[in-house]
Amino acid sequence: MSWTDLADVIAAACLLTGAALALIAAIGVLRLPDLLSRMHAATKPQVLSLLLVLIGLGFRLREPEAIGILVLVALFQLVTSPVANHMVGRASFRAGQIDHDRLIVDELSEVLPQIEEPRGAP
Amino acid sequence: MTVVVYICAGMLGLSTLLLLARMTMGPTMLDRTVALDVLTAVGICGVALEAALNRSTTTLPILLVLTLLGFVGSVSIARFSRGSDDIEAEEEAR
Amino acid sequence: MSPRPIPRHRTLQLPVLVWLTLVWLMLWRDFSLGNALFGFAVAVGVCLFFPLPPLRMHLRVRPIPLLWLGVRFLWDVVVSSVLVARATLGPTKNLRNAVVEVNLKTPSDFVLTVVAEMICLIPGSLAVEARRSTHTVFFHAFDVRDEEGVEVFRQRVLAQERRVVRAFGSQTDHLEEVQP
Repeated sequence: MSWTDLADVIAAACLLTGAALALIAAIGVLRLPDLLSRMHAATKPQVLSLLLVLIGLGFRLREPEAIGILVLVALFQLVTSPVANHMVGRASFRAGQIDHDRLIVDELSEVLPQIEEPRGAP
Repeated sequence: MTVVVYICAGMLGLSTLLLLARMTMGPTMLDRTVALDVLTAVGICGVALEAALNRSTTTLPILLVLTLLGFVGSVSIARFSRGSDDIEAEEEAR
Repeated sequence: MSPRPIPRHRTLQLPVLVWLTLVWLMLWRDFSLGNALFGFAVAVGVCLFFPLPPLRMHLRVRPIPLLWLGVRFLWDVVVSSVLVARATLGPTKNLRNAVVEVNLKTPSDFVLTVVAEMICLIPGSLAVEARRSTHTVFFHAFDVRDEEGVEVFRQRVLAQERRVVRAFGSQTDHLEEVQP
């Protein structure tokens, strides 16, 4: 068994796990009861699945030039996914679309009207 | 490798259907945004699978474009949505 | 935006230029000297025409805590994915969440940002709202059963903050009072 076969096996494992995690993320987005829970499903398994797929692709391509762009995609995904989800979560909280029965502790709702300082985003 | 890629493509196709169901059901704009975000990620995985199957590097820049597109899309919808269930009702109320 | 316009040459910062050049090289997949020079010229142009306010980070990078931060972060990403997967595939009827207020102890905006970003990917949390003036971040905690779980969650956020400050922060004095 040469090392290219080994790399292909690793790539196949990474791709399979990544696709399974993407499926789990989709099931979570469909099944979980409220928006903020759904966002958890949309961030964590999704980012990990994308990272695994990119690692698998790197092992399959085995070209040093391609690694750079894959690293760039992974880095952008790691940085942007939390920001996007934070924006969505904040918008939903400010719009008051919160299922209060599902929260056992809510320390934000009582202070939210007092937040007068300018928002971070323009 | 071909078999693996077909299995992965099946899983990705199933997740696309589930996400489309969530996008159709809603109930709010932000739910659809979250579903769209995951759908973009599934699209990236799909393009990456094609690259892995054919060992081609021509489609790699598409991955980058899709990543940034998903981010910009989510952020702008979150930024400009009024968070209403029904935008037309809100328009009428004003 | 800012009341006092900053002079244009101040927007040229060496780390930003190097980073943009590196991105350019990765995009072209061509690591030659000529391409690097051209990429650097493009980076200077971008910084001149699309200026951003200068970053005041006051960082001191420590390699070993940084490595520990990275390894621990990857491990946390895996753990959190498994947790979310278990919650997804199990019964979702009795899922309970919480919105928790955490007062970070660091005075640095940069550390606040990094903590809030990384927290989104470690087990069961999502930043909902942040107040820069008091360094308070509100997190949405996923799958929390009771008050005890809330406290565990708060400690986890503070532990993450300690790791980030150890890796980047310019001073670690304020950590010692928390950890005797």
